[in-house]
Amino acid sequence: MTSPQNTASQGRFPAGGRAFPHRDLISIGALQTHEILYLLEEAEQWVDFNRQPSKHSNALAGLTIINAFFENSTRTLLSFEIAGKRLGADVVNMHAAQSSVKKGETLIDTAVTLNAMRADAIVIRHGSSGAVGLIAGKVDCPVLNAGDGQHEHPTQALLDALALRRKLRERGREEFNGLVVTICGDILHSRVARSNILSLQALGAKVRVCAPPALMPVGIEAMGVEVFHSFDAALAGSEVVMMLRLQSERMEGQFIPSPREYRHLYGLTLERLELAAPDAIIMHPGPMNRGVEIDSDVADLAGRSIITAQVEMGVAIRMACLDVLTRKARNIPGWGQNDLGGQWV
Amino acid sequence: MKQMRPISITGGTLVTPEGLVEGNLRLAGGLVHSIGGEIADGDEVLDAGGLLVAPGLVDLGVFAIDKPAFHFGGITRAALMPDQSPPLDHPARVRFAAQSGKPDFWVHPLAAATPGLGGMQLAEIALMREAGARAIATGRSWIADSGLMLRLLQYAAMLDMVVVSHAEDGGLAGNAAATAGEIATRLGLPSAPAQAEALAVARDIALAEIAGAKLHIRQVTTRAALDLVRAAKARGLPVTAGVTPAHFMLSDLALAQFRTFARLSPPLRPEDDRQAVIAAIGDGTIDVVSSGHDPRGPEDKNLPFADAAPGMAGAETLLAMVLTLVRDEVISLERAFALIASNPARLLGVDAGQLVAGCEADIALVDPERPWIIDSRKMEAAAGNTPFDRQPAQGRVAALWKGGVEIAL
Repeated sequence: MTSPQNTASQGRFPAGGRAFPHRDLISIGALQTHEILYLLEEAEQWVDFNRQPSKHSNALAGLTIINAFFENSTRTLLSFEIAGKRLGADVVNMHAAQSSVKKGETLIDTAVTLNAMRADAIVIRHGSSGAVGLIAGKVDCPVLNAGDGQHEHPTQALLDALALRRKLRERGREEFNGLVVTICGDILHSRVARSNILSLQALGAKVRVCAPPALMPVGIEAMGVEVFHSFDAALAGSEVVMMLRLQSERMEGQFIPSPREYRHLYGLTLERLELAAPDAIIMHPGPMNRGVEIDSDVADLAGRSIITAQVEMGVAIRMACLDVLTRKARNIPGWGQNDLGGQWV
Repeated sequence: MKQMRPISITGGTLVTPEGLVEGNLRLAGGLVHSIGGEIADGDEVLDAGGLLVAPGLVDLGVFAIDKPAFHFGGITRAALMPDQSPPLDHPARVRFAAQSGKPDFWVHPLAAATPGLGGMQLAEIALMREAGARAIATGRSWIADSGLMLRLLQYAAMLDMVVVSHAEDGGLAGNAAATAGEIATRLGLPSAPAQAEALAVARDIALAEIAGAKLHIRQVTTRAALDLVRAAKARGLPVTAGVTPAHFMLSDLALAQFRTFARLSPPLRPEDDRQAVIAAIGDGTIDVVSSGHDPRGPEDKNLPFADAAPGMAGAETLLAMVLTLVRDEVISLERAFALIASNPARLLGVDAGQLVAGCEADIALVDPERPWIIDSRKMEAAAGNTPFDRQPAQGRVAALWKGGVEIAL
C-alpha cells in the first residue's frame, strides 16, 4: 500500500481496490496520494472538453446538485455552478443571506432539509472549521467541501496541483519530486494554505511557508514545512511562489500595521521575484489585491504567471469531483452499489 | 428528611484522613458519630461487604444542578458557579440556589464577583454571603481590570471568603476554541497560547498577595501556571488550585474529527501540559479535582467545533477518573478523597467531606474496582456530553447517604 512519503511516481492505484473509495470530499488530509492523482487524471479530459465551442455533457443529467454557501463566494460558487451545468446536472444555489440560517435554524436542520429535498450532491462552504464534515454526517448524498473555516479547501488544492502540473509538463518536467514551493501570505487564516501543504507534499514537493509571526499558525512546522518570516530568504531557490491575500474579514484585532507596510515586507514585486529560481512559476488562488501582496506586472507576467490557468482548471477539477463522487448513485459499471471492491469511507 | 435511627456500617474499609481503617462507621442524628467504634443496641446495621466507606464527594465548581448525575457519581454537595441564567449576582437568587437541592443534595452557591459577571464593578458580596454564598467566583470569565480584581480580593479578604478565579487572560484567549499548537493548526481552529493561563495566574497571585486574600484557581492546566502555583505555595501564600479530570485524562488530540464534547474552557492542552497536571496532583500542587459538570444538549454541542458551547457532563465520571490516578500510583486512596471531598469542603467552610466525628453524615459506599463503560447515550446527566465516551472505567458508587439518610440510586 501507499506510505505517507509517497511520491507521484510511486503513487499508483493499488491493485484490486477502488480508484476513489470515498463518498465525500472533505479534506486533502483524508486522501491517499494515488487518490489525488486519480482526480487530477480525471480532470484532464474535462480541460480539453471545456475548450470546445460546445461544452455540454449529459453525464449527470437528472441529478440535482445544491451549492449551499454559508459564506460569501464569487469564483468558487461560479466554478461549481458551471461545472455542474456543463455535466448536465440541475444546479441550485443557496446563499446564506437568503436562507433560513438568518431565521435561527441550526446548521443540522438546514442539512436535514437539504437532504430531504433529495439532492444528489451537496457542495458546502461554511465559515467554521469542521462544519462541512458535520453536515456530511447527516446527509445521504456525497458532500463536497468548498471551504470550511480555516481548515481545508480541497478542490482549490487539486486545481492548483493540476495547473502546476500542466505548467511543469509544458516545460518538460513530469514530477513534483523535490519541487520547491513557497506559500506566502496570511497562512494563519488560510484553508487554501493547509490543503495545499498537504497535497503538494503528498505529490512530492518541498513546501515553504512565509508570513509575519502573527499570521503564522503555531506548530505548523509539524506539518513538515519550512517556516520563514523573511520573504527574501524564502524566495531563494523557490521554483513556485504561491501568494495569498490578507483575509481581513477573518482578523480579530490588528495583525499588520498597514497594507503599505505589508507590501514593503511581503509584496511580490518584479524586483523581489529576481531572488527566486530562474523562471519561477507564480500562483495566486484569488481574489488578488494588486499592489498589496502581488504587483500587477508580476500577476500578469507571461509564461510565468498561471493565475488564470488556475481559474480554468478549477472548473475541470470540480467537474471531475462531481463526476467521480456521483458514479455510485449513477450505477456506473465498477462503481455501483453492488459492485465488489474496497470499502467506502 | 432527618435521620431517624442510628446506622452502623460494618465490614467495610473506612477512608479517613488518617488513612484506611477496618472497622465500623456509626452515623447518628445526621452526623458521623464514631469511627471504628462499637455497634450500639437498636442500630440499623448495614454490611458494606468489603467495599470502601468514604465521604460523599464535594464538587467545587459545577454549572448546573443535576441531581441524578451527582448521585450517580457519589456527589452529595456541589458549589454552583454563578454562570447561571440569570447569574448568581443577587442575594435572592443566591438564596434560591442554596435551597434548590434539598433535602437530598446540598448546593453551595458561589457569588458572582461582578454584576452580570461583566467584570465592571463589585457585586453585593456580603449580602450574598448572608443569603448562603460560600465563596466568590469570577465565573467562566476573566476580570480584565486589575484594579477591580485587587479591590475584589481585598473585599473578599475582609469577609474571609475564598475567591474562585478563572485563569485565562482575556486579551490573549479571545474567542479561542483550542490551545495554539499542531492540533489547532491542522484543524484550523481559533487558538490561544497556553501562556494565557500563566499570565492570569501570575497576576491573580500577585494581587492576592497584596490583598492577603485566599485565592482558589479553579482550573490550572498548564506546566507554566502550575509552576507559579507551586512557587506561591512554597512562599506560604493561601493559594490553592483545582483541575477537572479532562485535563489529566486527555490532551488536545481529543479534538480530532472536531469532537465538540472535547470543547472545554480552558481548552484541552498538549500532552506535555497533561503530564505536568498529573505531576502536580502527585506532588500536592493541585488541591481539588472537580467535575465542572455542565450538561449541554445537541443544540449547544451538535455544531461546528468553534461554535459549540464549552463544557462537559463530568459528575458521573469524576470518581472513576480520580481512581485511575490511584491505580496508576500517582496518589493514595486517602489523597484521592482529599482532592474530591475534604479539600473542597474546607475551602467552602463546611463541616463535611471527611469521616470525622461531628461532620455531616454524607457517606458514599464505593466499589473501587467495578468496571463499566462510559456511554454518552446512557447517562443520568441532563445531557451526555462526556469527552470520555465509550471509554472503559473502574469504580462506582454502590450506596449513598446524605445527612445519614440513604438516597435511592
